[in-house]
Amino acid sequence: MTTTAARPAAPPRPLPDEDSREYWAALREHRITLQACTSCNRRRFPATPSCPYCAHPEWSEEEAAGTGTVYSYIVVHRAFDAAFAADVPYTVATVDLDGGGRMVARMDTTPAIGARVAPDFVDHPEWTELRFRDQETA
Amino acid sequence: MTTIGERSSYVSGLGQSAVGRNLGRTEMSLTVEAITNAIADAGLRPSDIDGLVTYPAGGNGTAKGGFGGPSANAVQDAMGLRLDYYSGSSDGAAQLQALVTACMAVATGLARHVVIYRTVTESTAQTASGRRGLSLGDTELDGEMQYRLPYGALSATTWLAPLAQYHMDRFGLTREQLGQIAVVSRANAQLTPYALMRGRPMTMDDYLAARMISTPLSLFDCDIPCDASTALVISHVDTAADCPHVPVQINALGTASWGRPSWDQYEDLASFPGRGPAEHMWQRTDLTKDDVDSAHIYDGFSIIVNLWLEALGFCGTGESGAFLEGGKRISRDGELPMNTNGGQLSGGRLHGFGHLHEAALQLRGEAGERQLPRQPEVSVVTNGAGSTVGCALLTRGLA
Repeated sequence: MTTTAARPAAPPRPLPDEDSREYWAALREHRITLQACTSCNRRRFPATPSCPYCAHPEWSEEEAAGTGTVYSYIVVHRAFDAAFAADVPYTVATVDLDGGGRMVARMDTTPAIGARVAPDFVDHPEWTELRFRDQETA
Repeated sequence: MTTIGERSSYVSGLGQSAVGRNLGRTEMSLTVEAITNAIADAGLRPSDIDGLVTYPAGGNGTAKGGFGGPSANAVQDAMGLRLDYYSGSSDGAAQLQALVTACMAVATGLARHVVIYRTVTESTAQTASGRRGLSLGDTELDGEMQYRLPYGALSATTWLAPLAQYHMDRFGLTREQLGQIAVVSRANAQLTPYALMRGRPMTMDDYLAARMISTPLSLFDCDIPCDASTALVISHVDTAADCPHVPVQINALGTASWGRPSWDQYEDLASFPGRGPAEHMWQRTDLTKDDVDSAHIYDGFSIIVNLWLEALGFCGTGESGAFLEGGKRISRDGELPMNTNGGQLSGGRLHGFGHLHEAALQLRGEAGERQLPRQPEVSVVTNGAGSTVGCALLTRGLA
């Protein structure tokens, strides 16, 4: 079975909104910014107008180095969208950033759980995608 | 003790439409079939029904998506019902929210006989438009999907597989242990008339040879889309004397959401949001896990079963692999028979309601060829996996 070809073979792109605009704009500049609560100091992802850990409504934008540790990962063998058909198999990792914040993003290699990773920035025509690379195999 | 209002409710009627692939039926036709069967099974007439609740409602048609099913309004009109209460929602305790809402309507007195139903035509829809992920042709994504779909994380498989990988890496869960869920479910399906995989037995070797979908989940770790509607009548216990069946009481519901309700942001990914409703449910009953005679555990993907078994306390965190080892424990003649109709992995993706229907059928003792050799008195049902989760404890007879 194949996916339908009714759509252009480009990945769907994110539509930045009031909450996410800062994150996507920073990625465009190859920077990672996350909200950090000014009360409990925890970083959070994705962006929300109040803290999911303590409900405090104020935050600061904090720049993350983007290094972190692989919490878990998968290898996608089955593309459910034609835009990704040429990419399979590909790896998607769950990464805990140093300093806080858990991200899900693609990797070009398949890591081990616990592997140290660093950020990569992949520019698409209208947006920039965060990926991670294994620091040991890079 | 707090009020346990759900005990005002019991299952009075069970209805199942035809179940199959590409049935060539509309979602409304399947829905009316299931509801008509459920009302007749309860010994009632359509004019007795004063409540109607569905999950999730807002159906987008038989052939497009096939996920929503017709709204309560649409069904009311199709069946000429006179309703004092109706509702449909995808928010809440997963598919079981329909049961929760029905119990609340009964307990408040808004209605006495509430039909709940869940209709899927995903087989027809995916045949018409291809099996595809959740972007459904969108080119721009907002809300939470803006963070997932651009990376090719397009289906629930890709959200659940990291939890499976984590269980394997950290707790030593093996593919053979995980595979027992699929293998035992397939064996159970051989006794279930409507099961999609009846007549197609499967060995552990078959399981291990299946192609990967999202490592470490393979084809047989994923449930099977189908066309079907499942309906139950939930009635006030005051009417139980008129019920032609052993009443199946709602002993306790678990509806809590206590952590971050998210596939990837829940605090401890060794666990999952089902922890909340599981603990909530046990707080609302004097029954314990040791009283449970059969388990009907949501199995959109096999690993969800592991997470629920641990959340419900049948085993400790990380111990579900050992619990499943060899498969005997969860088999028909084991200490915790599970997904006795083949579940969604082999019966068909009735989407939560199949588990609820099967639990009630087994508690009545009316499951026919597949009736458990030891008559269950207490059964647990769980629904959902990611951001919405819920569970329920059912008993044979009224407490």
